[in-house]
Amino acid sequence: MGQQIIVDPVTRIEGHLKIEVDVENGKVVDAKSSGTLFRGIELILRGRDPRDAPHIVQRICGVCPIAHGTASMLCLDDAFKVSPPANGRIVRNLIQGANYLQSHILHFYHLAALDYVKGPDTAPFIPRYEGDYRLPKDVNDKAVEHYIQALTIRKKAQEMLSVFGAKMPHVTVFTAGGVTETVTPEKIALFKQYLREITSFIDNVYIPDAVAVSTVYSDWFTIGAGCKNLLSYGAFKLSDDDDPDGQNRLFRRGRYAKGEFASVDYRKITEDVKHSWFADETSGKYPGEGVTEPDLNKKDAYSWLKAPRYEGEPHEVGPLARMVVNKHKDVLGLGDKAFSVLGRHYARALEASIVAHAMSEWLDQLVPGQPAFTPFDIPEEGAGVGLHEAPRGALGHWIVIKDRRIENYQAVVPTTWNGGPRDDRGKLGPIEQALVGAPVKDPNNPIELVRIVRAFDPCIACAVHILEIKGVAKEPKSFVV
Amino acid sequence: MGFTRREFIKLCMSSAVGASLISLIGPDLEEALAMAADGKPPIIWLQGASCTGCSISLLNSVDPAIEKVLLDVISLRYHPNISAGSGHLVTEIFEEFSEKHKDQFFLVVEGAIPTKEDGAYCTIGEYKGRELTMLHTLNVLGNAAKAVIAAGQCASFGGIPGAAPNPTGAVGVNKVITKKPVINISLCPMHPDHFLGTVVYVLKYGQIPELDRYGRPKMFYPNYIHESCERRTYFDSGKFARFIGDEGCLALLGCKGFVSTADCPTRLWNNKVNWCVKAGAPCLGCSEPTFPDESGPFYGWYPLNNKTGVSYGKFEPQKTEFPEPAKK
Repeated sequence: MGQQIIVDPVTRIEGHLKIEVDVENGKVVDAKSSGTLFRGIELILRGRDPRDAPHIVQRICGVCPIAHGTASMLCLDDAFKVSPPANGRIVRNLIQGANYLQSHILHFYHLAALDYVKGPDTAPFIPRYEGDYRLPKDVNDKAVEHYIQALTIRKKAQEMLSVFGAKMPHVTVFTAGGVTETVTPEKIALFKQYLREITSFIDNVYIPDAVAVSTVYSDWFTIGAGCKNLLSYGAFKLSDDDDPDGQNRLFRRGRYAKGEFASVDYRKITEDVKHSWFADETSGKYPGEGVTEPDLNKKDAYSWLKAPRYEGEPHEVGPLARMVVNKHKDVLGLGDKAFSVLGRHYARALEASIVAHAMSEWLDQLVPGQPAFTPFDIPEEGAGVGLHEAPRGALGHWIVIKDRRIENYQAVVPTTWNGGPRDDRGKLGPIEQALVGAPVKDPNNPIELVRIVRAFDPCIACAVHILEIKGVAKEPKSFVV
Repeated sequence: MGFTRREFIKLCMSSAVGASLISLIGPDLEEALAMAADGKPPIIWLQGASCTGCSISLLNSVDPAIEKVLLDVISLRYHPNISAGSGHLVTEIFEEFSEKHKDQFFLVVEGAIPTKEDGAYCTIGEYKGRELTMLHTLNVLGNAAKAVIAAGQCASFGGIPGAAPNPTGAVGVNKVITKKPVINISLCPMHPDHFLGTVVYVLKYGQIPELDRYGRPKMFYPNYIHESCERRTYFDSGKFARFIGDEGCLALLGCKGFVSTADCPTRLWNNKVNWCVKAGAPCLGCSEPTFPDESGPFYGWYPLNNKTGVSYGKFEPQKTEFPEPAKK
């Protein structure tokens, strides 16, 4: 008979996540991941001025507000039929780039590293799962030092972002048609100064540390494969021309499925709900036309997340997906080992460097004094789609405008892709698949499980913001804490 | 050296002169910390219906640097994003503090508290086979704590999750905890100086600072943003920005600085790099309990004759005239 392990809460991620696995003979045989917070931001958006959307949706997530703000701006651009001038496009890219850097550094050092690096014996580094920490003492000490140093660097990335973003988290300069901030030589110079220091940290500290961890923990290149299907919507538009296929971008749109590269038609995305608390007849719909009807008495359901599928298949999103779709040679060179816990960390580190160097080029393309905003009018009626890549993976927003107000708003976010439950055919979500087969040495210290989950950089606040429910299962009114 | 309370408050408000808050009270900080039993006051940090933005904002603290705060200033016994441990290691901390450390720790709450359905919209852990709701945990830990700090707009007033139609019945902390002092640190996200300044004040003087009518420390929310705004001279001379990116006071672009109380114009954000109005973005009024329902539409003029659609008032977005950008 197997043993059940529940990890709730999973810390050092964004949001509220619970992991439940069955272990037999030291190996995971079944896994469930559930999101445990619901806020209903989609409902809150209804009826508001569409121009407010980029500000409200940023509050979906304080780690990657920029991604939601950007997807929302793209939605509005699409619905308002306006496109930003070159300065506006580049400033948006720079703001998004700065957030990639802070997010990736935060994830590696402050969210994930403590699974591999033993912190000092003081709060918040204790209590911790004991067990498998095998970095040599000098490397470990250095990594703790870098943990501290990275706090400063990610803070500077936020400061860099606010040069054009006003403040961070939750920038206020985002608007359809561009940004409110203007471009001056002083701002470019200040941004550059920050960028230089951060880039140097990424190339000289972050990547070497990622490599050091990979060397010592090399068995983790074979753990946590997941579904091996990858999806990227593409991000960082490189020219002012229309780019409906998402190819003229730093990160291209595309897929890697069943061992082959493929294109993306977002209309082939559907969401299954057999294992979510929603009525079965709403299953299998395209998110833009999705109906969300709660059903709390389903015995198979265990998550607030739906199960998004592309042509019926689960897809992993995130840095690994972007690097593979862009055919990055170092990641492709890993072969099958890329689909692993360390493969994901490695792809993330490489991506940080790519973004940092690209940002330096974009800065030089800014023209001080030129506008960063194109005027627009709010249409009486309209609709828009915003496809974007958050640091954690593919992010899509959908808006419908009626009487100059938001009639409907939808978002399908990275962690719904990665952390969603089983689909109607019983196929597990990517994180669940990655957990199955994983070794668990000590059920009281299931460090293996949290390593696998954290490699995906889950963001639960993002994943469970859009659901519409009218009631939830009751629970005991009081318990002893 | 010591400060009188009055001098301390003056220092807290003095970021206008360019010196940052905590460096001015450096020596006193050490003193305040030495007063705590083990040198570091224990803090438990809970997240309810939050976006983690306030935690990220705390990590942006410049002076004292966040690493100093975490290692030397406070003993952060639990934080969902920072703590090393997961699962039962966490819920055991809750139990320990609610029973053994009554009135000896500070509880920081980030995010609103969903109250509908007995709080089932947000569970934050599993303990002895039962789901712990945020509502329940706050009730237990909040009443055991010495004081509760509501970090950010959502914990203070309900914020975005509490916006109409408020699907989860989200409320601020002081609607749940009524028997213990609750300090509201508003703004979305909270400003790290406001949070740490308040913590230091409480440690140093053993009492909570003077609060305004919304429960916020007066020293950080002294007057309307409009009063010390860097675009104030534009307003006084009647020059108004007519389109985004234009020079002038942002009143006609929807700025809510007239009705929002905070020290943003003098404290600025992210190591004084920038702030909303400086960047040409109208103030969203995120310091006030009225955010976002009454301060929206964010680009609507004040006074608002066009309430948000959700409140079903008349809604007529301004059709702004956008002249061609000047050619140079």
